[in-house]
Amino acid sequence: MKTDVKSRIGTAIGCALILIWCLLPVAWIISLSFKSQEAVTVGSPGFFPSKGGGAGWQNYQDVLADDQFRRAIFNSIGISLIATLLSVILATLAAYAIARLEFSGKKFVLTTALVIAMFPVVSLVGPLFDMWRTFGIYDTWPGLIIPYMSFTLPLAIWTLSAFFREIPWEMEQAAQVDGATSWQAFRKVIVPLAAPGVFTAAILTFFFAWNDFVFGISLTSTENARPIPAALSFFVGADPFNRPASLLAAGAVVATVPIVVLVLFFQRKIVAGLTAGAVKG
Amino acid sequence: MTTTATAPKAGKAPKAPKAPSSDRSRAENRLAFKLVAPAIALMLLVTAFPMLRALYLSLFSYSLTSPDDREFVGLANYATALSDGLFWRDTGNTVMIMIVTVIFELVIGFAFAMVMHKVIFARGVIRTSILIPYGVITVVSGFAWQFAFSNTNGFVNSWLPFVGDDFNWFAERNSSLIAIMASEIWKTTPFMSLLLLAGLAQVSEDMLEAAKVDGATWWQRLYKVILPNMRAAIMVAVLFRALDAYRIFDNIFVMTAGANGTESISFLTYRQVIEQFQLGIGSALSVLLFLSVLVVAFVIVKLFKVNLADARQEG
Repeated sequence: MKTDVKSRIGTAIGCALILIWCLLPVAWIISLSFKSQEAVTVGSPGFFPSKGGGAGWQNYQDVLADDQFRRAIFNSIGISLIATLLSVILATLAAYAIARLEFSGKKFVLTTALVIAMFPVVSLVGPLFDMWRTFGIYDTWPGLIIPYMSFTLPLAIWTLSAFFREIPWEMEQAAQVDGATSWQAFRKVIVPLAAPGVFTAAILTFFFAWNDFVFGISLTSTENARPIPAALSFFVGADPFNRPASLLAAGAVVATVPIVVLVLFFQRKIVAGLTAGAVKG
Repeated sequence: MTTTATAPKAGKAPKAPKAPSSDRSRAENRLAFKLVAPAIALMLLVTAFPMLRALYLSLFSYSLTSPDDREFVGLANYATALSDGLFWRDTGNTVMIMIVTVIFELVIGFAFAMVMHKVIFARGVIRTSILIPYGVITVVSGFAWQFAFSNTNGFVNSWLPFVGDDFNWFAERNSSLIAIMASEIWKTTPFMSLLLLAGLAQVSEDMLEAAKVDGATWWQRLYKVILPNMRAAIMVAVLFRALDAYRIFDNIFVMTAGANGTESISFLTYRQVIEQFQLGIGSALSVLLFLSVLVVAFVIVKLFKVNLADARQEG
């Protein structure tokens, strides 16, 4: 009895620690975004805005009035959505083949995906920079969409093939007995069953594209295609020690909102997707 | 893992009778190639092809500021890079960051996983919050922590009892690296804990109960039952996080921009290529970065005997 109470208290303390761990830095950046720029210039240590050092919504208004920032949000949303859509389509095809069909290159596909998932992206920046300039897609949307697709494909293929193995394949066979070809069985029976898995893969892919920084700063040079993480880092020139902290914090909060919304709505699916490939029970 | 290894294969069992029909299997092979080809082509277009190009460019003295002076220099770029103290200092930083962050993430992540495994009440709230650091953009995490550690606008100095209020974390190397690692650890621990939680769910409750009945203490149960049984999950999590930490770039770029000797190997490569347009030496660094990741992966796989097929359950 005694140990039971003790373990319950331990769990409660653990929960509190997890919540503090996860939410404190987020609360901090939100609090920072409400400090006034004057207060920040003078120096305003402490977690909350000091008395008279608050800015209300001013920082948010300023940041949303900034053309470069608005353009970066637009770029990020557009590029991430297109990359997600295309990547998930290609990954769905590949994952179906891996989960369902017997073919000789299966091991090669899985190994390639694994190697690429761990690839040091910076090592590609030089040659891609050179290639994209030759092809004329440097500093354009496709110039970012293509690398985002390649680097989200492994994760998507991984997640999807794990999901696809759970699907009741007898239904596909039933369709084939009724005279459907492999392709028809795939399109008419499996796609609707696989939709939840596809959706999960899409969220994870979107996370990756939204989070990317290396390609975002290396393969763009103007606001034509610059996504939001890169725009945030360039927000006020090169001096990393003298940034308008509260304005940046407001920008950071705006950039984080879409992700938090996705997390709040699709928590269960994301957890399932993240762990599906790595440790399957 | 071994007990569950056969489960997913069950779905494939009905396929066996089809094998003798060679027409059918050939058609299946063709369809599979058609389905897989676009994904493979795209993955190779952006990785293998540029990597080969980097290999080729690394043999030249080639700067984008004077592209016409391109000249074949053999392995001279590699000799320059490998004999430069910068390369070794940055590799040292990278390896140090990798080891320290992975150890912290593993310990804290495991503690979080244990709590999440036990908690019944408010499970959804905990799991939702644990995903927030994972979802926050690395650049934003870098900013949040940089400002938190700032001596003019941060709160860390006033909260930490053993640090003076005007201590400048970003004035020298060690304290800068601590700030960088704090951001890295904060953002990635939740991912680690979710992977470990999935592994924890596979440890049989019966076995734990049996150990308890036999009088095993909490520590004994942890070391003798829980950890050995989730070995595969731990190893996969370590491998993934270690290779990810080895690529550290975003946090360093945002928080110190490599000042005070806090560069990582990725940052050095980026600086040569994108800021200084030195494609020749930059490509040599790219190749070295790629090779060092292979070495790290190889060492981890050999050292801990990770069996990826076991975790992935693929033959």
